[in-house]
Amino acid sequence: MKKIFFALVLSIFTLQNAYGLITVDITRGNLDPLPIAVSPLHVDSKSEKIPSFETSTLGEEISKIVEKNFKSTGLFNPLKKDSFVQKPDIAHLKPRFEDWRLIKAQALVTGKLLIIDKKLKVEFRLWDLTAAKEMIALSFTTTPNNWRRVAHIISDKIYERLTGETGYFDTRIAYVSETGPKNRRVKKLALMDQDGFNTKYLTLGNELVLTPRFNPTNQLVTYLSYFKNMPRVYLLDIETGVQEVVGNFPGMTFAPRFSPDGKKIIMSFAKDGNSDIYSMDLETRVVEQITKHPSIDTSPSYSPDGKYITFNSDRSGLQQIYVMRSDGTQVKRITHGSGLYGTPVWSPRGDLIAFTKVRKGRFYIGVMRSDGTGERLLTENFYQEAPSWSPNGRVLIFYRETKSDSKGKGFSAKLWSIDITGYNERRLKTETDASDPSWSSLLSN
Amino acid sequence: MTKSLLFSFIFHSLVIFLTMLTLPFMMREPIDLPPIVSVELIEIKDKTFIPYAPKARKIIEKVKDEKKRVVSEQAPPAAKAKEKPDRIPMPEDKKEIKELLKKKQNPEEIEPQIRQASEFEKEELFDTNEIAALIDKAKEEQAETQRKKDKLTQSSVKNSFAQGLSLSEEDALRAQIFGCWSVPLGLPYDKNLLVRIKLKLKPDGRILKSEILDHARMNTPGQSFYKILAESALRAVRICQPLKVPPTGYERWKEIQLNFDPTEMLKG
Repeated sequence: MKKIFFALVLSIFTLQNAYGLITVDITRGNLDPLPIAVSPLHVDSKSEKIPSFETSTLGEEISKIVEKNFKSTGLFNPLKKDSFVQKPDIAHLKPRFEDWRLIKAQALVTGKLLIIDKKLKVEFRLWDLTAAKEMIALSFTTTPNNWRRVAHIISDKIYERLTGETGYFDTRIAYVSETGPKNRRVKKLALMDQDGFNTKYLTLGNELVLTPRFNPTNQLVTYLSYFKNMPRVYLLDIETGVQEVVGNFPGMTFAPRFSPDGKKIIMSFAKDGNSDIYSMDLETRVVEQITKHPSIDTSPSYSPDGKYITFNSDRSGLQQIYVMRSDGTQVKRITHGSGLYGTPVWSPRGDLIAFTKVRKGRFYIGVMRSDGTGERLLTENFYQEAPSWSPNGRVLIFYRETKSDSKGKGFSAKLWSIDITGYNERRLKTETDASDPSWSSLLSN
Repeated sequence: MTKSLLFSFIFHSLVIFLTMLTLPFMMREPIDLPPIVSVELIEIKDKTFIPYAPKARKIIEKVKDEKKRVVSEQAPPAAKAKEKPDRIPMPEDKKEIKELLKKKQNPEEIEPQIRQASEFEKEELFDTNEIAALIDKAKEEQAETQRKKDKLTQSSVKNSFAQGLSLSEEDALRAQIFGCWSVPLGLPYDKNLLVRIKLKLKPDGRILKSEILDHARMNTPGQSFYKILAESALRAVRICQPLKVPPTGYERWKEIQLNFDPTEMLKG
């Protein structure tokens, strides 16, 4: 009896093996841009008319901004509107998925807008065309003049839903606007949306300004300017325009940056040819010296958790990047490659540090892990520096200067961006020449 | 009385007649004696006196030599790793197995010193199984089985994957899905990124039903990336359809599981 039972069990197992489920491992995919159709937003017929505000084309304009944002990422391929077969109003109710699949779209954005009680109400839906289902649907209400921001917020929500990563479209970039010949440059502090629109100038250009940095809430900017011919760290409130000198240092202060909680400013203070890193509490105004070394320690940047600081120093003879605890202990050199390393910036994700490297007269922008391993040089040029992270830690923005001839002609400074993959290098349009960019965090957060 | 005598006579005659017809063996044939053969008895000596035939001996020796040479040229079995018949090859193994198959199927690539005997030579080979069969009739069956086993060397590898897809079939399917899968870039590198999708297929490779096996993870807090990853995998499968499945053996692949894992790719 036992034998029969054993044989029965054995036969069941062998049968299972014989008809076992076939499994195939898929370990690679493609990084081709996702084909996406952004239908113009339907303007509701009940929409109110507002003087000096064109409502009829607003749906088209918003969809164009969304498309432009997507294209700039290199991850999406917005399809041409000529090929769209369904009208925006009908598509927004229930798209005919087969029609959209015909033009090879994988995702579809539809929307509707309405001005009611002098407020702009915009709703949008994201459709997965292969699964024939809605992925996300949201609605926003704001003042009509804010319509560009609405387009950026929609872009962020879609980006997040499709990539799993927070977006970076509803953000601003602070930079130094440059005009005039190379030897007599006028430098102003400027602010613009990440797509180059809505530029505002925050200073008049009477004094030289350098290295603007946003605070975590994007209301304050700290930067370097000259006060009585002495470079000093300043703090500027963007809304009110009020500015002040940070701290009462008896010498030059430079390279400021906010701590992740926004309560402190960390910077370099130079005295008698030696510069060390200091921090100042913005509430208590207490100043703390963090490094004590007879060498030039500068460009400090906090890790996102605020526990560590990365900076560059020439204490080993050549300028290299170091990491230490935020109280100045456990200083550790992390770069050992040939060349000079500078401007380290900790990624908002915390995993990488971006830097500028100079080797054999060429400038590189690169990234490495926070322990100095896995160095990757993303781009090389005649002169480029000052990388700044997008809030999601996916893109770097920096500036690049061109070589001028003997008469000083041909010189220019422009903002560029590049993905941390090393792909998708793009120039950002600015009204004037630009340098020292700083990317804000998401405004809508 | 005369009537009864008549009946008795007829019936007895009938019985005798029938007996004569049905019992022919009882009729004896005359004995056929063989012809007489005369035999001369002679004395057997230790040595033969028949004249020696040198030409015949040469032929015999030549044949013997040839047999020896052919046997010595038969290659020993090539050393190779044991393969479990039910094993689905890992991607890194695939190449190795492929090469093995290639070698087996292409005799031109086999080096002379390990050359297998040709069909012609095989006929001349000294087959112990066949000799055994000649000696012992009971071993005839055994020899037949042995011969069958020898013939199976090429196809046995293929048969070992009969439960799954063959390497080329699996490769074709994998390559097709690689092309369709747009991997989301915002995935955490240090998390488990395996998405298992079970598919029920139609005979033409279209999808009848798709199911995410770890569905519970879709709505787990802190695992929002999983939903996006799983959706991208489902999208890939749907875009790819009809899937490149073998033209035959529907029962074998009507249900199939795809394991999507971009970890390797993202770490680069």
